[in-house]
Amino acid sequence: MKRTFTCIVCPNGCEIETGYEGSQVLSITGNLCPKGKTYVTQELVDPRRTIATSVRVTGGTLPLVSVRLTNAIPKDRIFDVMAEINRQTLAAPVKIGDVVIKNILGLDSDVIVTKNIEKA
Amino acid sequence: MMKKQAVIVGGGPAGLAAALRLKEKGIQDILILEREKVLGGILRQCIHDGFGLTRFGESLSGPEYAQRFIDKVLDAGIECITDCTVLDITPEKLVTAASREQGLLQIQADAVLLTMGCRERTRGALATPGTRPAGVYTAGVAQNYINLQNIMVGHEVVILGSGDIGLIMARRMTLEGAHVQGVYEVQPYPSGLPRNIEQCLNDYNIPLHLSHTVVDIRGRERLTSVVVAQCDERYRPIPGTEEEIPCDTLILSVGLIPENELSLAAGVELDARTRGAFVDEHCQTGVPGVFAAGNVLHVHDLVDFVSLEAEALANSAAEYLLKGSLPECRLEVKAGNNVGHVIPQRISGTRDFTLSLRVRQPLSNVSIVVRQGEKEVLRKKMRKALPAEMIQLPIKAEKLSDSADMEVYVE
Repeated sequence: MKRTFTCIVCPNGCEIETGYEGSQVLSITGNLCPKGKTYVTQELVDPRRTIATSVRVTGGTLPLVSVRLTNAIPKDRIFDVMAEINRQTLAAPVKIGDVVIKNILGLDSDVIVTKNIEKA
Repeated sequence: MMKKQAVIVGGGPAGLAAALRLKEKGIQDILILEREKVLGGILRQCIHDGFGLTRFGESLSGPEYAQRFIDKVLDAGIECITDCTVLDITPEKLVTAASREQGLLQIQADAVLLTMGCRERTRGALATPGTRPAGVYTAGVAQNYINLQNIMVGHEVVILGSGDIGLIMARRMTLEGAHVQGVYEVQPYPSGLPRNIEQCLNDYNIPLHLSHTVVDIRGRERLTSVVVAQCDERYRPIPGTEEEIPCDTLILSVGLIPENELSLAAGVELDARTRGAFVDEHCQTGVPGVFAAGNVLHVHDLVDFVSLEAEALANSAAEYLLKGSLPECRLEVKAGNNVGHVIPQRISGTRDFTLSLRVRQPLSNVSIVVRQGEKEVLRKKMRKALPAEMIQLPIKAEKLSDSADMEVYVE
């Protein structure tokens, strides 16, 4: 089988031509670095993504704080993770690196704060 | 009247990086003027990750990337006035600004660093026909509402233009429960980065319609539909291909324009291609002691490169402040075949510099050639070259002639 991937690991966005059988990569061209091969291999068996969103904050200088995942999660669990994050509310102050949810849905990824919000 | 060695106009990524480098180079008397209430610029609302891969070797969100610089600026004791709008800069480098706390400020600067960033093209610039209902936003405005103010902009969304912010917002609005019906791009190729097409559109099954545009906007109070049509190679809608799409929100991601009103007031001459200043290899504009870097100079794809450019600017500005002048740059850098623009536009031919350029159209298996008269300075083979991706080439002084203009072209 043949498939062309656009690598999303870095802004180079390499177009990677891949020949594969099942989850086995047989040939690979177009990647500028080894991360491209890792990406394609992962993409064939278990595509994963990180997401960034926001969480409500009470008593802060802004009504929201931005958050992100520390590790990529399976692509088909993105909306489950969003629903779980949307249940959260934090109280100001919050700071970068604060853990909002540890090991979200058992997916081996934490939700962390990415912005400092002072008390209003 | 205040006196400062360096006044930095804008506390976004370019201004912050420039301030830190100036300080490292021994410049003590620095002032950052920022229009918003807090430092960080547009990064504050860019909550997605992917920032800092080049600079920090990790994938950060915009606010995290900005905070790393803000912390250092504050630690270094660099003076910042926020909530302060610069109103005027004269060619003599007299800066006039208005601040709620401090009133009208006048600052005589030895050097002015222009780091104001860019703004979005709007519906007005496109002259799209139709009514003027609520529900039409530029991508950055929608991003501000959703990511900073907790205001959802709509539910049934059409996006016009495939700029990176539009793609990022397609994903963001989908995650927040909106239905993004499609992205329509007038050009036959996307204007955003390939990885954003992949992770923001393809991941969420959002279709990208190339060679299409919006030809009518309908609705009285709120947007009710848009009409899209296919376009020919000269971007003219093809009659008979119109399709009405019911929606309550139209997001425009149709280009960014460097914000140069203050540069013009300072007597800085602008390049019609970049819409930013003409600069030499020191990031110095035509007005001695006035420098520009970042998106106010030319629109970048990646903040990592904005920071680098601002640091290069600061190296030169520090030299200017310490020595009183910089080596003259008499040689012109010209954009030749298939090159949209080049930065810098003037060089000395005696120093290393970084050449930035964009190609005019998607190309494959080409070479970027840098030439001075008969002498080939550099040739870089590229498997693919896209207008969406800025190309940066480090040029070494020992390869240069100090007597011939430079031409950059695609072969």
